[in-house]
Amino acid sequence: MENSKPKLNLAVYWAAACGGCCVSVLDVHEKLFDVVAAANLVFWPIALDVKYSDVEAMPDGFIDVTLFNGAVRNTENEHMARLLRKKSKVLVAYGSCAHLGGIPGLANLSTREEIFKRVYDECESTVNPDQLRPLTVSSVGEGSLTLPEFYNDVRSLGQVTAVDYYLPGCPPQTERLLEVFMAIVSGASLPPAGSVIGASGKAQCDECTRLKSENKQISRFLRPYEIYDDGITCFLEQGVICLGPATRAGCGVRCVKGNAPCRGCYGPLEDVKDPGSRMMSAISSVIDAREAEEIEKIVENLVDPAGTFYRFSIPSAMIRRKVL
Amino acid sequence: MKQLTIDPITRLEGHGKIEIFLSDEGEVDNVFFQVPELRGFEKFLEGRPAEEVPQIVTKICGVCPGCHHMASGKAVDMIFGLQPTATAAMIRELFYMAHFVHSHIAHFYALAAPDFVCGPDTPKAERNILGVIAKVGADIGTEVIRQRRLAQEIQALLGGHQTHVMLNIPGGVRKGLTAEQRDDIVKTAGGFVEFARFSLRIFEDVVLANKDYVDMILQGPYKLRLYSMGLVDSNNHVNFYDGHVRVVDPDGREHCRYQAVDYREYVSERVETWSYLKFPFLKKVGWKGFTEGNDSGVYHATPLSRLNAAEGMATPLAMAEYNRMFSVIGVKPVHNTLAMHWARLVELLYSAERCLELAMHPDITGSDLRTPPDGIAGEGVGIVEAQRGTLTHHYWTDEKGLITRANIIVGTTNNNAAICMSIKKAAQGYIRKGVTVDEGILNRIEMAFRAYDPCFSCATHSLPGNMPMIVNLRSSSGELLRQIRRDL
Repeated sequence: MENSKPKLNLAVYWAAACGGCCVSVLDVHEKLFDVVAAANLVFWPIALDVKYSDVEAMPDGFIDVTLFNGAVRNTENEHMARLLRKKSKVLVAYGSCAHLGGIPGLANLSTREEIFKRVYDECESTVNPDQLRPLTVSSVGEGSLTLPEFYNDVRSLGQVTAVDYYLPGCPPQTERLLEVFMAIVSGASLPPAGSVIGASGKAQCDECTRLKSENKQISRFLRPYEIYDDGITCFLEQGVICLGPATRAGCGVRCVKGNAPCRGCYGPLEDVKDPGSRMMSAISSVIDAREAEEIEKIVENLVDPAGTFYRFSIPSAMIRRKVL
Repeated sequence: MKQLTIDPITRLEGHGKIEIFLSDEGEVDNVFFQVPELRGFEKFLEGRPAEEVPQIVTKICGVCPGCHHMASGKAVDMIFGLQPTATAAMIRELFYMAHFVHSHIAHFYALAAPDFVCGPDTPKAERNILGVIAKVGADIGTEVIRQRRLAQEIQALLGGHQTHVMLNIPGGVRKGLTAEQRDDIVKTAGGFVEFARFSLRIFEDVVLANKDYVDMILQGPYKLRLYSMGLVDSNNHVNFYDGHVRVVDPDGREHCRYQAVDYREYVSERVETWSYLKFPFLKKVGWKGFTEGNDSGVYHATPLSRLNAAEGMATPLAMAEYNRMFSVIGVKPVHNTLAMHWARLVELLYSAERCLELAMHPDITGSDLRTPPDGIAGEGVGIVEAQRGTLTHHYWTDEKGLITRANIIVGTTNNNAAICMSIKKAAQGYIRKGVTVDEGILNRIEMAFRAYDPCFSCATHSLPGNMPMIVNLRSSSGELLRQIRRDL
């Protein structure tokens, strides 16, 4: 074989995730054979039968690269985050949930008890007269059963353990993953720890081909269903909130190509403390008004600011709980 | 009392745990299948603008995102009081058929086939998709990946991205099809039909021609007499995108046939302290515990239940295969859990044929993609068949169209009680006093579970076809007596 280099030990793990990140890895399709030729997949629950106990048995630093997707929602997620940190030379927060908290992070707009109450008591098809809740330890006739503890807060991976790189996206675009993977395999020098990889330093707007005028100004916000998108004009210029100006490029502007405005899953342009406020200030800079009263009137049309500007990043916000 | 713990089950969407309690005599006393995860979408959808929700709920599951997008899109249409245009409805269904093709292909080849093509007692290292390829030839492996890729590409073309799609907008779709794109899909869908027929031939040659397998399917401890649920069209033919939900009792008599908006008349969910996942049951029959038969409200919502609940398929080749399945098994409804694999292939053929039919429809390239918005009605219910069961999304909004309440019954959730019971039956059938619990027995227990293609099992989209287990044999004091491992 021409490849004399030792194969990389690669792991992929999901915590509080939907599985879409793992599917983005599977979507290498026929290139899967190239990946397998260059790396030993040592742990990947969606595809491989390796147990937690096998990971525990690995020497520290045994895994070269772990792609960790999903947020940290319960005790099991946190345990795995810490364990994989210990076992991995390079820990990558893969996808929006590990990067910023992601969609599951929207749960931080409520408390654990509010979530349990809705799901287990109030849901309109649920019958639960005794107001039972899932318990970490339950006694059944035959013995006892355990469940992980559901935390009050969702956290990103970086809030639980040290992360080497962030590979953003919901899910990350498979081509970006392959580029990063091939760079690692070829032995290219890696950027400084803490960097965002697999994404551009430019904004979505820089890659977007929709028509925009030099000096765009918005005098009224509209919701996506309120316009007849012409398919060619910048969403902001059509009055629809699009987070393209403040969001990193890298996805191939896929939402806009699907005729939907950007919702910011690739995260803010720079490594900012509060991604949502960065998004908000980018949008406010294109409001066509100077008087406070006028601005207020325009902003009034803006429904659900928390869920829009912080769609993927509530756990990473300065105030990580319900503020609005 | 001894306790067997199978934990964690890999290749689950989320994580799963099976607890088997043995009596002091070594017989199976009880089995619990636990889902240790919750994210709480029903709560955090509150406050979101309704038109954003179809894009948010795809994040419930990255394996079947298209199902949530469709059920949600239909619920949101209703919130805005809109019906999609004819072209929009066809584009949605076309997308959805590609979603089914990709999922059913992956499940059969990566998950089901290893047990049959390689055999349930084949050493674990060979009992996977690679083992299947070794038996049937490398060309087929490449072809499986290629067909799944083509199905993903159709979804990406229409939905912007193959996983987290953004096709639906209230009253229609964001994107139409050009004649050229249509021509490509016609060609691809023709290939899907051929590949589905080929897959049924493999099932015929490998499974049906082997008496041991037929005996295992028909006589093994894989039988549950449950109610069967599925979405049907006006002819009571299987439909995945739209129609009425029909439920037949274990004898095949119609129990109910309801519209999406009436689901709460027929389905309720209960809570157990030992699982984060709720347990739906048929409201009019009632919850009688984890028991089977006509008096128990436990039902299943799977490829097999859909075929049981319907009176046929809407496309000709799938109809012939539907008739063949019931005539070979010789009874309807079929209650043999492992027949779900056969039913899934009949559905694969239907999805492929329907995909082709829609692509060839003259109006599929129409430009009328949206019904104009007209006020906010404030409540909407959308039901589709997900690959893994009937999926219901129900939302209420305020006058601005912001969500005030959300209720969701996910495909696999329907089967929560049935899965527990199937695992218990298989465990009782194979774990007996004096029998050593080995690898092969673990796999046979697992097969009961795998047939459902549970959504927490992303196994659907996985490579090797079996699930590792650690079984801890514990004394009643919790002391570890023996451990059986099955790892790579």
